[in-house]
Amino acid sequence: MKIGVYVCHCGGNISEVVDIKKLTASAEQQSEVAVVRDNAHMCSDVGRNLVLEDIKKHKLDRIVVAACSPQFHGKTFMDIVEKAGLSPYVFEMANIREQCSWPHFNEPDLATKKAKDLVSVALAKARLDESLSRKTMPIGKRVLVVGAGIAGIQAALDLGDAGFEVYLVEKEATIGGKMAQLSRTFPTEDCAACILSPKMADVPANPNITLFTNSEIEKVSGFLGNFEVIINKKPTYVNDQCVACGVCEEKCPVKIPNEFEQGLTNRRAIYVPFEFAVPYRYLIDESNCIYLKKGKCGNCKKVCPHDAVDFDQKAEKVELKVDTIIVATGYDIFDAKEKKVYGFGTNKNVITSLAMERMIVHEAEGRATREIGKRVAFIQCVGSRDEQIGNEYCSRICCMYATKLSQLLKRADPKKDVYVFYTDLRAFGKGFEEYYKRAQKTGVKFIRGRVAEVNEDSKTGRVTIKAEDTLARQIIESEFDLVVLSVGMTPGAGTRQAAEVLRMTKSPGGFLQEAHPKFKPVDTLNDGVFICGCAQGPKDIPDTVAQASAAASRAIRLMNKGVYAVEPITAVVDEDLCSGCGTCVSVCPYEAVKTEIKDDKRVAKVNEMLCQGCGSCSAACPSGASQQHWFMNKQLKAMVGAALGEEEK
Amino acid sequence: MKTNTEPKIVAFCCNWCSYAGADAAGTSRLQMKPHFRVIRAMCSSRIDPELILDTLKKGAWGVLVAGCHPGDCHYVTGNYRTQKRIALLKNLLTELGIAPQRVRLEWISANEGGKFQKVINEFIDEMTSLGPLQLPGRPTAKEAS
Repeated sequence: MKIGVYVCHCGGNISEVVDIKKLTASAEQQSEVAVVRDNAHMCSDVGRNLVLEDIKKHKLDRIVVAACSPQFHGKTFMDIVEKAGLSPYVFEMANIREQCSWPHFNEPDLATKKAKDLVSVALAKARLDESLSRKTMPIGKRVLVVGAGIAGIQAALDLGDAGFEVYLVEKEATIGGKMAQLSRTFPTEDCAACILSPKMADVPANPNITLFTNSEIEKVSGFLGNFEVIINKKPTYVNDQCVACGVCEEKCPVKIPNEFEQGLTNRRAIYVPFEFAVPYRYLIDESNCIYLKKGKCGNCKKVCPHDAVDFDQKAEKVELKVDTIIVATGYDIFDAKEKKVYGFGTNKNVITSLAMERMIVHEAEGRATREIGKRVAFIQCVGSRDEQIGNEYCSRICCMYATKLSQLLKRADPKKDVYVFYTDLRAFGKGFEEYYKRAQKTGVKFIRGRVAEVNEDSKTGRVTIKAEDTLARQIIESEFDLVVLSVGMTPGAGTRQAAEVLRMTKSPGGFLQEAHPKFKPVDTLNDGVFICGCAQGPKDIPDTVAQASAAASRAIRLMNKGVYAVEPITAVVDEDLCSGCGTCVSVCPYEAVKTEIKDDKRVAKVNEMLCQGCGSCSAACPSGASQQHWFMNKQLKAMVGAALGEEEK
Repeated sequence: MKTNTEPKIVAFCCNWCSYAGADAAGTSRLQMKPHFRVIRAMCSSRIDPELILDTLKKGAWGVLVAGCHPGDCHYVTGNYRTQKRIALLKNLLTELGIAPQRVRLEWISANEGGKFQKVINEFIDEMTSLGPLQLPGRPTAKEAS
């Protein structure tokens, strides 16, 4: 065995603390070490070529690089070792920067001693490394996109246009998501429906997209390149004969608040979600339909000229196989009832910003749903930046939508008094600050101060707000006709369900966690699963669309080559030692281990395609038969020995 | 240097959360006592009790096992396995007459550099006050000095 040891100075980051000469001298004394070198930047072309040439010249068969964290440059060096014709797994890294020179810069002697030990640990492991090779697996071009708001729609269209096979699953009866409810979009004030509806129409028109509405993902198993998905397609009780003529709706005796309109109007039990819904088709709300609840009525079925009503429709399970998954499950608005002090739900003139969006749409179309009044106040940060209710994060959109809604109101009627009570006005996006200035010029009054009290006079219905103006340093107490709560975002029910079904990591606010905040913002720690839009965290429409396209492109990057590399650090069973007890089977989170009869003996067998390499089975194995490649028991023990200064043999 | 007077701590860290948390501590230049050596495994559940006992036998004063927070395990349920195994191991240590606090389990996420620093410094202090593990046939601190 011939080991090459390479010590990096990291341009002083390491060498200013660790004594490189002492470190290389100590490495030279270690057994099997044939070459020891140091360089200012091992990750540079010069440094990497040193390794490459030495492997060829000195016929090295193990490489140890003492430098930064393996999470930083591990792959860089593994690729070089592989390029030199060796297995990338005969390479070890000693982390003498993040875990030595940086956290111990005040103690250079002890840091040098620690660096020597860390190199010994890497050497101890390297001596026992096997020549594992990366395997390649075939991968297809099928993608599951979960959620069909603007994020899911954008990702699905990008993938479909690029020739990938897309399955788009939406829990609601129509695609479009929250954006479909908005009046205008800030800061350009485009009509939300006008820019969204053409994109929605593109979905069914795309031959590569299969759309499942009124459907949820129930189970996902498998892994990158081989996900098995079960979709639960809920019944709509209306079949595809429906042409949306609307005869049924007229005869339906049920009247309930329309959710899409935030309760401002009513709908029937048989209904179309909204006027630009896709698919544009009726459905029956089973929790409110008299026939489905009591077996009486059936008016809609009687009058339907196309025989489209089908009360016998049942939920259907659809099984799919896909290669990658994009999660675009979005958000829910914060439930303003939780913030009791503002009286939402009891005061009828306290409404949410989403209701105001709908009111503005109706006003603009000349079919006002309720009186807005002359004096309107917006209260910011409802459900955001509020430790009392447990949401520390900023929802990022409320400052700008309040800036939008307030100036739309003011412009429609300059005699209105419109106030915005804010904590900080965050106008960080392109064109946002300019938009905020415009709102101020329009005459919207922005007051910096959190609202302390909201009281509604039960007789007049007028709402009194008490707040501190922290800029003018005075207490304001003022009456309004309408108070609008600028509600923040929370991880939606769809996002919570997707996290559970896909076993995804969540960030502190409950949104889905990206693999790296800077460099892998739409990847996740689950290989082949990507996230975008508000499922990942609060964001506005442009950022959502950018992330959705990013997620599509990251998925394409994996699938386009037709094969992908798999790490060989899977579990392996020594059949001679294995007693077939099955302990490993019970601890495996992936059902990757099974027992089988081989030569009249029960033994455990690992499915390398399913094994993700956690090593839990190896730790559980009572006989030491189950081992993990690259983390074999003898390797771990040798590392411990080296870490504790045990003399090597 | 084979003295028995400086504390020796081995910290087993999972690749996804705690190793990255240890890196985060270094990147933020948080200063820690240097008497610990980190050994990386893919998951805390790879660290079997036998390995921990072996680590104590080889002269570690204390063993830290660090993994992802409950619910955040990269391998779904690995950290729950670790939690159960460590609890059982601590019972065994008590029976063997070894202070159970010599084995410590912590959940440290990738962005909790501050927590890694706090845990390491606390643990080193605690082990320093406990002193080296006295096992039969092992020279005591007094004898070594």
